[in-house]
Amino acid sequence: MITIENVSKMFKTKAGLVTGVDEVSLDIRKGEIYGIVGYSGAGKSTLLRCMNILERPTTGKVWIDNVDLLSLSSKELREARQSIGMIFQGFYLVSSKTVFENVAFALKAAGVPKSKRKNRVLELLELVGLREKANDYPAQLSGGQKQRVSIARALANNPKVLLCDEATSALDPGTTKSILKLLKKINQQFGITIVIITHEMEVVKEICNRCAVMQEGRVIEEGSTYEIFANPTEPLTKAFIQTVLSFELPAKLLENCTGTLMRLQFRGDIAGEAVVSDMLQTFSVSGNILHGKVEYIGETPLGIFIMEMTGERSEVDKAVAYLKERVNQLEVIQHA
Amino acid sequence: MLDRIIELLPELNTAFLETMLMVGISLLVAVLIGLPMGILLYVTDKGLFLENKFVKLVVGIIVNLIRSIPFIILLVFLIPFTKLLTNTTIGPLAASVSLSVAAIPFYARIVESAAREIDKGVIEAAVAVGASPWMIIKDIIFPEAKPGLISGLTITAISLIGYSAMAGTVGGGGIGDLAIRYGYYRYDDTVMFTTVIVLIVLVQFVQYLGDFIAKAVNKR
Ligand SMILES: Nc1ncnc2c1ncn2[C@@H]1O[C@H](COP(=O)(O)OP(=O)(O)O)[C@@H](O)[C@H]1O
Ligand SMILES: [Mg+2]
Repeated sequence: MITIENVSKMFKTKAGLVTGVDEVSLDIRKGEIYGIVGYSGAGKSTLLRCMNILERPTTGKVWIDNVDLLSLSSKELREARQSIGMIFQGFYLVSSKTVFENVAFALKAAGVPKSKRKNRVLELLELVGLREKANDYPAQLSGGQKQRVSIARALANNPKVLLCDEATSALDPGTTKSILKLLKKINQQFGITIVIITHEMEVVKEICNRCAVMQEGRVIEEGSTYEIFANPTEPLTKAFIQTVLSFELPAKLLENCTGTLMRLQFRGDIAGEAVVSDMLQTFSVSGNILHGKVEYIGETPLGIFIMEMTGERSEVDKAVAYLKERVNQLEVIQHA
Repeated sequence: MLDRIIELLPELNTAFLETMLMVGISLLVAVLIGLPMGILLYVTDKGLFLENKFVKLVVGIIVNLIRSIPFIILLVFLIPFTKLLTNTTIGPLAASVSLSVAAIPFYARIVESAAREIDKGVIEAAVAVGASPWMIIKDIIFPEAKPGLISGLTITAISLIGYSAMAGTVGGGGIGDLAIRYGYYRYDDTVMFTTVIVLIVLVQFVQYLGDFIAKAVNKR
């Protein structure tokens, strides 16, 4: 649906040439929710803005729905943009217009006659759950409500693609959840392809089918969200995963721990407890699960346990090797 | 003193109407030409949807050029132009020419800075939705900048009241003219005093009205 080919974007600044995006190629499929994560300044927004040519790539190509966006005249580009919705961290509603007028503006921009606008706007406000706020001004709304209005505006002209630039970063966790739920509903109900930019891995975990990790303008790792969570390879990816999957063990616990401490990770299709009990029967070690949780990456469970193992060092080593064969990931945190 | 004022009333009335005429005409011209010029300065700025270095530079230079000339000199400088346009160099209509020329760049800069107050993201969201430049100007920039445009018009009107008094001294008529003719050349304190009061009341009224309207249209 969205094809980015060798896109680079340089900025001329007083300090010289700054690279925003560096030779990025991506293929985002129809109907998926695609996440792009990275720290601030990684080039995420610039890349996203290249997808609707708010930023014209210095080099490279951009196709949306098989249309080469860089070949379009400015009028054609305006028409193409009507089928590419975009929402922002700062909402960017027109403060002098009511909620209704804000949404209606998108229809007006697309040349929808006035008589047809009203029903469509009300339908959109119904979809985002703000029908009763139609005549309010943005200043009267909460952050979550403002983002809902901006979603309604972005969806007004039935876009094929929705670009989200840190759409939930200004919102509290509860509101973030509800906005993500709305995005998911939109994706499922209308089959709209969604691209989400965020610095929060939690957002990716929640709704993205696939994701890419960006650093210094480049995409350093890409894959299905589950694979990225289960088998991250780049250090930065691991750091991002940690923010969701890690849990702090109390220092006291680590101090008092006499055995070998390890972290086990099970993929959804492995029955974690069974593997551990098999191991305990095969080797003369004893195991004690200190902590465990199951994270759902999308729909698929990923289990993580912290286990303390005691016994002869040689037996422990054998047991660890046995487990390593059978679990998705095993990391010895602390030896006895 | 009261007798003197009553005696003066017809002349004061004429002077007041002349001032209103001069300010009114130049304010109208400021809106008709200065407003589009200010919008042009804004939308051709770097990073905006009609970015154009050349236009921005040329319009910017013209605006600065006129603004850097003191009004009293502009008044004299524009005499041939005034003559060409109105066939005379005296009277409120003639004075309106130089007042208008001064008002255009004055208001244009105010419009530009009022538009700059709009969050760039709001403009960008409109670009992203596929709106045409004209639609963005008409439906986003105007309504969003409206309070600033109105308070800018207030500032322009008040400056023009001041300038019109200056224009009066070279035969433009109006309250300034009255003050100079009686108050300055004939040492008539009553006239001087009365015209000052009239000017103060006028300025206060314009300011109050401007603030009131600006507040009424502000939805933020
Ligand atoms: N308009 C611009 N002018 C100059 N530099 C820019 C501009 N936009 C972005 N950059 C630079 O490009 C890099 C990537 O920025 P951005 O895409 O905003 O990152 P992110 O969204 O990941 O935080 C940064 O170094 C930033 O300073
Ligand atoms: Mg960003």
